[in-house]
Amino acid sequence: MKIIVCVKQVPDAKDVRLDPKTNTLAREGVEAIMNPYDRHALEEAVAIKEQQGGTVTVLTMGPPQAEAVLREAIACGADEGVLISDRAFAGADTWATSYTLAKAVQTLGNFDLILCGKQAIDGDTAQVGPGLACRLQVPFATCVQKTRTISAEAIEVERMMDDGFDVLRLPLPALMTVVKDINEPRVASLKGKMKAKKADILIYSAADIGADPQCIGLAGSPTQVVRVFSPEPRGDRQIFSGSVDEQVDQLVACLRAHL
Amino acid sequence: MLIIETEKCTACGVCESSCAFGAISIQGDCAVVNDSCTLCGACVDNCPEQALRIEIAEKRIQADLGAYTGIMVFAECRHGKVAPVSYELLGIGRKLADKRGVRLSAVLPGSAVAAYAADLIAAGADTVFLAEHPVLEQFHEDVYARILEQVIREQKPEVVLAGATAIGRSVIPYVATALDAGLTADCTHLDIRDEDGMLLQTRPAFGGNIMATIECPLTRPQMATVRPKVMAPALPDLSRKGEVVRIDVPQHQAQSKIEVLETVVNTTDQVNIQEVETLVAGGRGLDSAKGFELIRELAAELGGAVAASRAAVDSGWIPYPHQVGQTGKTVSPKLYIACGISGAVQHAVGMQSAEIVVAINRDKNAPIFDIATYGVVGDLYEVVPKLIKRLQEIKK
Repeated sequence: MKIIVCVKQVPDAKDVRLDPKTNTLAREGVEAIMNPYDRHALEEAVAIKEQQGGTVTVLTMGPPQAEAVLREAIACGADEGVLISDRAFAGADTWATSYTLAKAVQTLGNFDLILCGKQAIDGDTAQVGPGLACRLQVPFATCVQKTRTISAEAIEVERMMDDGFDVLRLPLPALMTVVKDINEPRVASLKGKMKAKKADILIYSAADIGADPQCIGLAGSPTQVVRVFSPEPRGDRQIFSGSVDEQVDQLVACLRAHL
Repeated sequence: MLIIETEKCTACGVCESSCAFGAISIQGDCAVVNDSCTLCGACVDNCPEQALRIEIAEKRIQADLGAYTGIMVFAECRHGKVAPVSYELLGIGRKLADKRGVRLSAVLPGSAVAAYAADLIAAGADTVFLAEHPVLEQFHEDVYARILEQVIREQKPEVVLAGATAIGRSVIPYVATALDAGLTADCTHLDIRDEDGMLLQTRPAFGGNIMATIECPLTRPQMATVRPKVMAPALPDLSRKGEVVRIDVPQHQAQSKIEVLETVVNTTDQVNIQEVETLVAGGRGLDSAKGFELIRELAAELGGAVAASRAAVDSGWIPYPHQVGQTGKTVSPKLYIACGISGAVQHAVGMQSAEIVVAINRDKNAPIFDIATYGVVGDLYEVVPKLIKRLQEIKK
C-alpha cells in the first residue's frame, strides 16, 4: 500500500501572542513545529503500513527549513520525505496550495491513500484536504475519528459530524483528513532518529512538478489579504483595581443589576 | 515577490515591526526579506518611504466578473431538518443582496425537504433551488458537490455562502476548487465595498491573533463559510413571496463512490453551550484539569454552563464540545466570565458578542481585558472563591 501524508510546518500557536504595545505578533522564542493534526495523520499512516505493508511518503510545501518536519516524520516511522520548495510558491492560498500538492502527488506517481490533518493551526481553514481530493478526483472523508477496517480495495472510517458520526466506506485510492481522537502519536525511536538524520530528502521546485506559474503562489491565489488589523477594544469597559476583596465587591455591585 | 528598493530604504524598521511573520528585518542600512514572506503586503502599506512593492508573476486567468450576479446560500439539511445556520446565512445574505441590488437564492438539497422552501423564502430568499433525491438523505460528499457545482455554474451567483459546519467545511472547499473560485473559511464579518461591489470577508488569521480582511478580486463566485451563531437570522416574514425552482437529479448524478453504512447521533445529554445565558469559561490559567471544579462551582452558582479556551481543551482538561473560539463554538450568552483566559483573537471571536464579558486574569496586560465589560486583575484561585461566596451571600 502506497500512503502519502501531507504535513505543514507551523509556528507553535501556544507561543504566539499579540504585543499589546506595538500590536504586532511577539515572535521571540516561537518554535516551528509540525502541525499537531498532521502528527495524527502520520501516526495513522504508519499504523496502516504496519498492518498492510507498503510505504509512507511525507510531503510538505514550504521554505527550505520545513525539511525539519520531514525528518521528524521519518523519525516517527515514515519512509521518505519530499519537500516542495520554491520562492514562486510564496503567498499561496488554499487553492494554490492544493494545486501545488496535487502536482507533486502526480509527479510521485500512484498512491492508495492520502492522509492530512483536518486543518493547520496557523490558518485553520480545513480547505486544503478537500481541495486536494477534488484535484486528484478521489473520494474523501474529512474529520475522520477512527479507521475501522482497511483492505487493498477499500477503507471503512468514522467521520465526525456536528451531532455524532457517520460510518463510511470509501474505495481506494482515497483521501482522508483526521482529528486528534483518531490515535495517540508515537514518540520517535532512537533508531528512527538515526534514520531521519541520514535520510535523503527529495526536493521539488515549481519546474520539477510541472506547475503552471499562473496557478502557484500569490499569482495563483484567488483570495487576497487586503487588510490586517487588531480588533477594537470594547468601548464601555471597566477594569477594577485594588485588593481582590475590593475588586470582587465592585464586580458584584456591577453584576447585581443583571442577575 | 517582495521588491526592496535599496536606494529608498532608510532602515527605519517600520516594516520589521509590521510583519506578522518575522520575514523582514533591518540588516545594516537596508531591509532584507527571508523565505517566511507570505506576500501579505503589510510592510508595503506601512513603509513611509514607499521603498517596498510586491511584484507578481502574470495573474491567473480572470473570470468574466460582469457575468455573475446574485447572492446564493447553501441551505443545509441533516436528519430531515434545515440547519439553523442556513437562516443566519439568509439574514446576512439578504443584507448583502439589498446592498448590491440583486436577488438572494438558496440551494436546498435533501430527500424530502420541499416543505422547507417556504421557510427559506420567509427568511429572505427570493428563489429556492430545490434538489430532492433519496440519496441526499445522507451526506455523500461527491453527490452534494456535483449538485452545488452544477447549480452555481448555471446560475452564476457573484457570492456563495455556506455554514462552517461539518458538512459545509467538507463539501464547500471541494466545490470552490472545482470552480476555480476563492474561498474564505469561518468569516466573522461580511460586507460589500461600495465602490466596486467586492465582497469583503473578515476572519481571524495567522493563528487567530489578528484579523484579516480578504477579497477575491479576479474570480467568481466569491465564496465564504460562516460559523453557526455568528450572524443573526432575519425575523421570518410569512408574507414574503418567492419562487421555487426544482433541480433535476438524474440517476447518474446521484451515484456515489462513498457508501454511508451507518449514522450515529450522540444522545449523551451534553449541555449545548450555544443555548445557555450564562457561561463560565476556564483557560490555561487554571493550570490543571482540577481547576475546572472551581469553574463548575461558579457556573452552578449562576445557573450557567462551563466553557473553555482552546488551550484548556488541547491540554486535555475538558472535552472539545466545551471549546469556545475560532476552532470551537461561537457563543453569545448574556454573561460570559473568562477565568485565566488570555483572550487571543482566536478565542475572542467566539465570545465577543456576549452582552457582558467579565475577565479574571492575573496579567493586567492580557488582551482579554480589551474585550471585557468588567475586569478583575488577580489570581483566579483567590478571586473565584470570593466571588462565589459573595454571590451566595446575596442570595440569602
